[in-house]
Amino acid sequence: MPPSRPRVALFVTCLVDLFRPTVGFAAIRLLEAAGCQVEVPRAQTCCGQPAYNSGDRESARELALGILESFAGYDYVVAPSGSCAGMLKVHLPTLFEQDPNLRPRAEALADRVYELVSFLTDVMELKTVPGRFQGTVTYHDSCSGLRELKIKAQPRALLAQIPGLTLQELAEPELCCGFGGTFCVKYPEISTRMVADKVKDIRETGASLVLAGDLGCLLNIAGRLKREASPVTARHVAEVLAGMDGQVPPIGESRDG
Amino acid sequence: MLVTSPAFKENASHALADAALQKALARARTHFQRRRADAAAGLPEFEDLRARAREIKDHTLAHLDFYLERYAENVERAGGFVHWCRTAEDARAAILEICERAGARTVTKGKSMLTEEIGLNEHLERHGITPVETDLGEYILQLRDEPPSHIIAPAYHLNLDDWEKSFREHHTGLPPERAFHERRDILTEARKVLRERFLAADVGITGANFLIAETGSSVIVTNEGNGDLTQTLPHVHIALASIEKVVPTLEDAFCLLRLLARSATGQDFSVYTTFSTGPRRPGDLDGPEEYHVVLLDNGRSAMLGGEFQPMLRCIRCAACMNHCPVYGAVGGHAYGWVYPGPMGAVLTPSLVGVDQAGHLPNASTFCGRCEAVCPMQIPLPQMMRHWREREFERHLTPATVRTGLGLWAYVARRPTLYRWATRAAAATLGWLGRKRGRFASLPFAGGWTGGRDLPAPEGETFFARYAKTQRQGKA
Repeated sequence: MPPSRPRVALFVTCLVDLFRPTVGFAAIRLLEAAGCQVEVPRAQTCCGQPAYNSGDRESARELALGILESFAGYDYVVAPSGSCAGMLKVHLPTLFEQDPNLRPRAEALADRVYELVSFLTDVMELKTVPGRFQGTVTYHDSCSGLRELKIKAQPRALLAQIPGLTLQELAEPELCCGFGGTFCVKYPEISTRMVADKVKDIRETGASLVLAGDLGCLLNIAGRLKREASPVTARHVAEVLAGMDGQVPPIGESRDG
Repeated sequence: MLVTSPAFKENASHALADAALQKALARARTHFQRRRADAAAGLPEFEDLRARAREIKDHTLAHLDFYLERYAENVERAGGFVHWCRTAEDARAAILEICERAGARTVTKGKSMLTEEIGLNEHLERHGITPVETDLGEYILQLRDEPPSHIIAPAYHLNLDDWEKSFREHHTGLPPERAFHERRDILTEARKVLRERFLAADVGITGANFLIAETGSSVIVTNEGNGDLTQTLPHVHIALASIEKVVPTLEDAFCLLRLLARSATGQDFSVYTTFSTGPRRPGDLDGPEEYHVVLLDNGRSAMLGGEFQPMLRCIRCAACMNHCPVYGAVGGHAYGWVYPGPMGAVLTPSLVGVDQAGHLPNASTFCGRCEAVCPMQIPLPQMMRHWREREFERHLTPATVRTGLGLWAYVARRPTLYRWATRAAAATLGWLGRKRGRFASLPFAGGWTGGRDLPAPEGETFFARYAKTQRQGKA
C-alpha cells in the first residue's frame, strides 16, 4: 500500500530552477496526482555536485549542511533528476563520515531521498499519469539514475501508460551522453564526440522526441541536436508524463516553433 | 617510458582526428562489450564470484606481508629465487644481473605491462642485451617502437596495412610477392620469425597474473602460447610481478581466473593458463634450469591502508577501459603512460604523481560504467574523485576553475543572493535567446558552444514563478 498523503519536499535542482521551471511544475503535478502534499523549501539552491566532483569537499559539505537544515522533517525528498538525487542519497552521507553528530542526520535524509519517476512508481505505486501523447519517442538513461539508483524500468512503465506513445529504444541506451557536469566544458572535444555519438543513436531510432530524467543530459543532447539542425526534439520525461508538454516548447526550441 | 599525461588534451585532440584509430576503437569497443556481456550472462554465479573475488583480495591486502613471505618461502623451497625490489630501478638492476650472469645475448619476453612500467626493454638494450617481444601485438609494437594502447590488446589500434608495412620494413628477405590478405598471413609470418627467436633466447622473461602463496607458483594466461615457449625453452626464467599479485591459495587463484578471462575477452578461460613452480626438477622433460621471481613494490605499498588501496585489487582485465566512453573516444595513447582508461586514471597518479597525471582522473564523466563491469568491484569513480580532492588540496586545480567554483559556492551558500543571481541570469539569457530558443555562441561559454548549442532558459526561474503561483493561490 502506498503511504497516504505523505509530505513531500521537492528538491527543484539548480538546472530546473534556472533553465526549465516547467519541469518543477510537472513534478508537482505528478506528485499531487499520486496523492502527495508537495512543499518547496525556500532555502534550497544546489545539491553541491560541482564542488563535490571537483574535489572541493569543504564547499560541498557547507552546502550539504544547508540541505540537512532545509529538508529536515519531511516524509520524502524528491528531485526530478537522478544525478542530484544520487548526490543526496549516495554521496552526501560520505561528507559527514567523520562527524558523529551529523552523520545520522545525513543518513536519515538519504533514506528519504528519491528521484521523481522512481518515487512515483516504487513508493507511491502510481499506475496512471495525466499525460497524453501521440507519436514515437526514445529514452536516454542518464548514468547516475541508472547506475547509482537503478532506475531503468520505472520511466518505461509510466510511459507505457500513455496511449498513443510508442517507445523506440536506443541501440545503446546506457551509454553516457558526455555531459558529466563540468567535464563537458573541461574536455569539450571529448564531450562533443560523445554527444555526437549519442545523437546519432537517437536519430537512427526514427523517434521525433527524446526523453530523459536529467536536465544536464538533456541540455547537452538538445544542444547537439540543434547544432546538427536535427528535427528531433528533447524534453524531460516529467513534462510528458504530467501532460505539460503543450505549455512550453521543447528544450532549445523557440516559442514560435 | 616517457610520461605524456600532462599533454592529455592535445593527445586526445589528435586521437579524435585520427580516422583509422577511430575505426579501430569502434570495432574494439563493440567486440569487447558484447563478448563480456555474453560471458557474464552465461555464468549464473558471476555476481557471486565478483563478491568472493573482492573478499579474497581484500583479505590478502590486509595481510600482505604474511602472504608475501609465505609465497617467497615456497618459491625457495621449490628451488627458485626471489628478488625483493622496492623501485623500478632495483627491478631493472636485478633482472640485468640475472641476464648478465647467464651470459644472455637475447631474451624473449611474454606480455607484461609491468616491464613497460619499469622500462625494461630500453634498459636491457642499453646493456647490450636484445629483448624480443613474443606476444603478437607487443612484437609489432616493438618493431614500430610504439607503446601499447591497451593492457590486453596492445596493438588493436593497428590495421592490416600497418602490419604489412612493418613486416616489410623489418623482415628483410620477405619476398615482395608475399601477400597479406588476412590475419592468418600475419600469424604465419610472425610465427616463422619468432620460432627462431624462441630457440635462440638465453633468458625468458614473463609477467605474472597471480602468485600463489601456498604453492610458490606464478601463473600466466595467454591466448597465443607464447608465454609457455618464453618460460620453458631458455635456461633461465624470470617472472616479474608486483606485490599485489599474490593470493593465498590455488583455489583463490581459480576464482579470480574464472572472472579474468570472462571480463577481459569474454572467454570462459584463456587458451593457455600456466602454473610455474620452481625450475626443472630431476625427471622433468622440459623447463628452465633457473627460476627467478622479481617482486616489485614501486609505489604499491604506499597505497596500502589509504583511500587508494582498493585499486590494488585490480587484475588487469581491461573491462573498465573496454566500457569507458572516454577511452572509447580517445584510445590508450592519449593517457600518456603505461596504464590507460579508468584503472590508469587511478593508478597512474599513484605511480608517477598527480602533478604529472592530473588530467587523467578529471577526464571522466563519472558515468560509473567502469565500476559496474569491474570484476573486482573497484570503486573507480570514487577513487578518481579522491584524486581530484588531492589536486584541490594541493592547489593543482586550474586557477580559473578554482575561482569560478569559489564564486559559485559563495553564492550557492546564500539562498537569497542565489535567488537574485539566478533570476537575473535566467531573465537575461531568456530574453537574449527568446527568438531562437538557443545560443550558437556565448561569451565565456566556448567550451559548451564549440560543439553544441546552448538551450536558452525559459526566462523566469522556478522559484520566481512558484512564488507567483503561491501568491495567486492565497489571493
